[in-house]
Amino acid sequence: MQWTINGQVREAEVDFRTSLLDLLREQFQLSGTKKGCNQGACGACTVLVDGERINACLALAVQYQGREITTVEGLAERGTLHPVQTAFIEHDGFQCGYCTPGQLCSAVGMAGEFERGLPSAVTQDLAAADLEWSRDELRERMSGNLCRCGAYNGIADAITAALGRELGEELTR
Amino acid sequence: MSALDKGRSGDRQPSGVALAGDYWRPEGRLDPLSEKGRIGIGAPLSRVDGAEKVTGGARFAGEFTFDGMVYAALVYSAIANGRILAIDQREAEAMDGVVLVMTHENAPRLNTPPVFLRSPNGAAGDDHPIMQTDRVHWNGQPVALVLAETQEQADAAAESIRVDYAAEPAMTDFELARTHARQPDNVLGGPAEITVGNADEAFASAPHRIDAIYTTPRHNHNAIEPHALTLAWVKAGENDGEDETLRIHDASQCVDLAVASLAEVFGIDAAQIHVTSPFVGGGFGGKALWQHQILAAAAAKLADRPVRLALSRKGVYRVVGGRACTEQRVALGADENGRLQALIHSGVAAMTRHNNLPEPFFQATKCLYAADHIRLSIDVADMHMLANTFMRAPGESVGTFALESALDELADRLGMDPLELRARNEPERDPTSGLAFSSRHLLEAARSGAERFGWSERSATPGRRREGEWQIGMGCATATYPYMRMPGAAARITLTPDGATVGIAAHEMGMGTATVQTQVAAARLGLPVEKIAFHYGDSHLAGSVLAGGSQQTAAIGGAVIAAQRALVAELLALVGQGSPLSGLSPDEIECRNEGLGVLGDDSRFETYAQILARAQRSELSVEADAAGSEELANWSMHSFGTIFCEAGVNSVTGEIRLRRLLGSFDCGRILNPKTATSQFRGGMIMGLGLALMEETLFDPRSGRVMNPSLADYHVPVQMDVPEVEVMWTDIPDPHTPMGAHGIGEIGITGVGAAVANAVYNACGKRVRDLPITLDKLL
Amino acid sequence: MRAFDYHQVADSEQAIEQAVRSRQAKYLGGGTNLVDLMRETVERPQTLIDVTRLSRDIDETAEDGLIIGAAATNAALAGDARIRSRYPLLSRAILSGASAQIRNMATVGGNLLQRTRCAYFYDVATRCNKREPGAGCDALEGFHRYHAILGTSSSCIATHPSDMAVALAALDARIHLRGPEGERQLAITEFHREPGERPDLETELQPEELIVAVELPPLPMAVRSEYRKVRDRASYAFALVSVASMVELDGETIQNVRLSLGGVGTKPWRAWRAEAALRGQPATEATLAAAVDAELAAARPLPGNAFKLELVRRLMIAELSQRLSDARNGGDA
Repeated sequence: MQWTINGQVREAEVDFRTSLLDLLREQFQLSGTKKGCNQGACGACTVLVDGERINACLALAVQYQGREITTVEGLAERGTLHPVQTAFIEHDGFQCGYCTPGQLCSAVGMAGEFERGLPSAVTQDLAAADLEWSRDELRERMSGNLCRCGAYNGIADAITAALGRELGEELTR
Repeated sequence: MSALDKGRSGDRQPSGVALAGDYWRPEGRLDPLSEKGRIGIGAPLSRVDGAEKVTGGARFAGEFTFDGMVYAALVYSAIANGRILAIDQREAEAMDGVVLVMTHENAPRLNTPPVFLRSPNGAAGDDHPIMQTDRVHWNGQPVALVLAETQEQADAAAESIRVDYAAEPAMTDFELARTHARQPDNVLGGPAEITVGNADEAFASAPHRIDAIYTTPRHNHNAIEPHALTLAWVKAGENDGEDETLRIHDASQCVDLAVASLAEVFGIDAAQIHVTSPFVGGGFGGKALWQHQILAAAAAKLADRPVRLALSRKGVYRVVGGRACTEQRVALGADENGRLQALIHSGVAAMTRHNNLPEPFFQATKCLYAADHIRLSIDVADMHMLANTFMRAPGESVGTFALESALDELADRLGMDPLELRARNEPERDPTSGLAFSSRHLLEAARSGAERFGWSERSATPGRRREGEWQIGMGCATATYPYMRMPGAAARITLTPDGATVGIAAHEMGMGTATVQTQVAAARLGLPVEKIAFHYGDSHLAGSVLAGGSQQTAAIGGAVIAAQRALVAELLALVGQGSPLSGLSPDEIECRNEGLGVLGDDSRFETYAQILARAQRSELSVEADAAGSEELANWSMHSFGTIFCEAGVNSVTGEIRLRRLLGSFDCGRILNPKTATSQFRGGMIMGLGLALMEETLFDPRSGRVMNPSLADYHVPVQMDVPEVEVMWTDIPDPHTPMGAHGIGEIGITGVGAAVANAVYNACGKRVRDLPITLDKLL
Repeated sequence: MRAFDYHQVADSEQAIEQAVRSRQAKYLGGGTNLVDLMRETVERPQTLIDVTRLSRDIDETAEDGLIIGAAATNAALAGDARIRSRYPLLSRAILSGASAQIRNMATVGGNLLQRTRCAYFYDVATRCNKREPGAGCDALEGFHRYHAILGTSSSCIATHPSDMAVALAALDARIHLRGPEGERQLAITEFHREPGERPDLETELQPEELIVAVELPPLPMAVRSEYRKVRDRASYAFALVSVASMVELDGETIQNVRLSLGGVGTKPWRAWRAEAALRGQPATEATLAAAVDAELAAARPLPGNAFKLELVRRLMIAELSQRLSDARNGGDA
């Protein structure tokens, strides 16, 4: 079986039961993606598949053959941290750091969703073509990533600092 | 944020730091780092481990590997009390990849682990024998363990094991158990009943009385990292099987205690066990020693293979204890002016006969209010359940819910502002111990918090403010948590021409310890933070520092103070005749500009590099024990704060949304406003969870936890959390290292009551049973 | 999780052929519920047939409705501009469920087939008639805060957890099925079953039968439709109660109404009785109250979920009142 992980084609023979999360952590030693519940209930395992965020714990690895997978290890480019990574450090968007990789991938996926015009549960006018970026939109869209240390304000500040302006500019386009 | 500005500003920064003196004595000297404007102290340094955490580079315990490692899975009992009749493991043993099935029939003989707070070596949650007999003591107890080549194989094999039980009657209903409650022999080492005067009599004759019962449910820590470890028995040499070392990568908040306990369990020397825990994905009191570590080590021994054991989320609920449920009575008797004549705080908490933690809900009440007559007592109801344990602010978190709700009820009864009522009962000295407070500026914190929050906008009458469907109210409550500095701390400082390494067996679970202690060590040694390496989370390091009781800041601080003194003494012994420092004693010296200088004399100075070079030393390494924590006998030492909450209650659905939350704290010097803000906020958000949604569902018929998942045990999500504002007095405690207090736990205290009081102010409904779910407001 | 065979198929024909050939096969969509239940050993299939390559298109029908391929993700459906403008309650319902990550994985077909979140169903150490017919129900006298008050039986009180299906029920969606015997359609309200004595049988699906599409009939009134969900935290939680609603007024007479409920029924609950009591009646508070009474007359609350009776009553009245007000204002919701 074959996957493209952080731009590299990787191969392995795995048990059909193996989740994408365990494939990353156990087969490829990419332990940056975390296992918080293995129940699809915490978001610590969030990775990007073809740019979309998913919970790797509920994904069977076999089902994702041939897909482009980005993990936290693949967010930085040529040694330069992704702006969201830098902002998490600056705004203290974590404490213990265990939910952090999932938060980061989720934030990047969320930005893509917003740019593509996908609404959220708190979007007032679902029919409107243009979305309005707001703190509530951010909070709702990031609610699939639990943080037991309670770094939520820092996470929201970091994402706003790194992506908020970019997303805001989308509106005026 | 003005608190941040406060940290940065200050007068001219002193260039050097003299050695700290006997801050713990009544006439003792301040730690010079307590003073405002000390270089580095109070700076919002970003986390030193930030880059590792945002790149996935930080390796947690379940992410290490050993050659030949196998994976473990556990089978948990389905009854709460009784015996195992038979275990059918044939199918499991025949499955692909299975290496071992361990049950009580083949487990190696293990000694019973020493219990935390009962034995000096105790790190264990309870004193049940571990897989040694056919007895089952709680629903969820591990009854078998499987090792296999992959996790998938181990899980499937564990699922195939069939266990037959002979169930016996079990006490699993708190309502029933509380009717047989008993007084425990101690509460956190102190008495289970405390009386001042005659509170019952005084209460009976008080003109204004509140007498109410408050209940709080079971809670689980739910650190996002489930407990995990990777371990191996490493043979010293081929012919030397006797001297095996047990090497453990664990998620631990007590590496040294874990070693001491494991040594007892396996009957080996503590020197043969090495536990490291550099990153811990949240602890909150839950990451001590539970059965899974011992079982993993036993299985590794039996199979002669290294083992990875990562508990499933459900497994954490089955094996790792949480906070016990409580039923508390608070009775307040006051005179016309709101002065408390009687204060009674009593009740029952669930416990087992095999642990030693009566949920100490009266802790906060001991020190908060100046009542003429006080009676505090805790009884425990023995149950067949997994032993309860410490969870963030054990006692205070749920105790302040009861006490501070009752204060609000009294204020309402008296028609008095709740802050004013509290101010009128501010004590001169600790009301139960009689000791003077080392540092208490609660009223200042309350005043400044009220001003920032806009408390004066609150209507005294509930239900006055409305926006559409939403009724809006404000509430406040006092937060408090003790200052602690436990014995056993020591630090090693290794000085080289390039900087210093500080090593101490302490822990970083996200509190910011590594960052803050790097700042402190830099300031103390007169080195830039880049030249300090702070090592922690390793049982081979100096001392023994439990990450608990919010004590690490002070414990590490005290140890580094001692080590600095030893280091300076050694350096002075090295300097020789030619040095400008020759013949001086440590108390005439300060650390400055990467070296030692003479106090009050800028001209007499030598760098560490110069001293080492002249002595032809590449490094100098010293270790010293922290001074005893005498300060705790001399003063009543606590942190304080006031929590303010603005809540919206939906008049149609009863939904509650917190709109604003502010904590104004008095916790001594704040060492790093960035990490401190996160600690306070994190505690307050866990308090939000406690107030509104958290509850471990313990089925009273079976003693089984029925919501062992993050989908069904609700913790706050991003959408639940408003902007959480924090501020602090920043007034140093003159009797602590750095003038600081630990701040990991105070944030959760008071929040439950602040929310309940805000809900009452919003809609006029008083909820005395946590969590405050919408059905209670319909 | 026990070992299983895995087959990926390109279309429904292949899927059904594979299912006929296999023992104890289950169709696998996004896996967000099935994989979780397999870990709990509640589901123990020997074969998984991956149907995520089936059609995920959303197309116009000849009648100006929409037809949605069963493999469309929840996120794609919620984000579709036609759904958002013509059937906004469906977007809102989907977006109110789970998390963005799960909505990116979960398929429309899988969402309809997701199983209850009853804690006793999930825990194989307890008794559950849905898992094991005749075993008994530990929820009846246990924790049942999330359980149903409508459509329950002495065997089972488990709720259907889907938000999407509640909106689909209000829209009279049609479920397109395909099996070895060919294709057929069912109204969504006929697709899910009430538990009765066989709570293990949750839908009308026959062996090897597969959901291939969901069809939304044209419904102009749905332009002003809403879905409101009440839960124990602000996001990422299952419904305690939810209401999907839309109303059409002729003057002050309720000409047409659609109302369905989540969190209170053993299946996505179309409030037929309330609708009947509203249709053709004056738009007054008394009418609304009578309609709600009519719907809830058959409710069977238990100690742990009795609050839902009051909650769903209030929520239905609040939502219907709001829809009436929207209709009176005529413009956009």
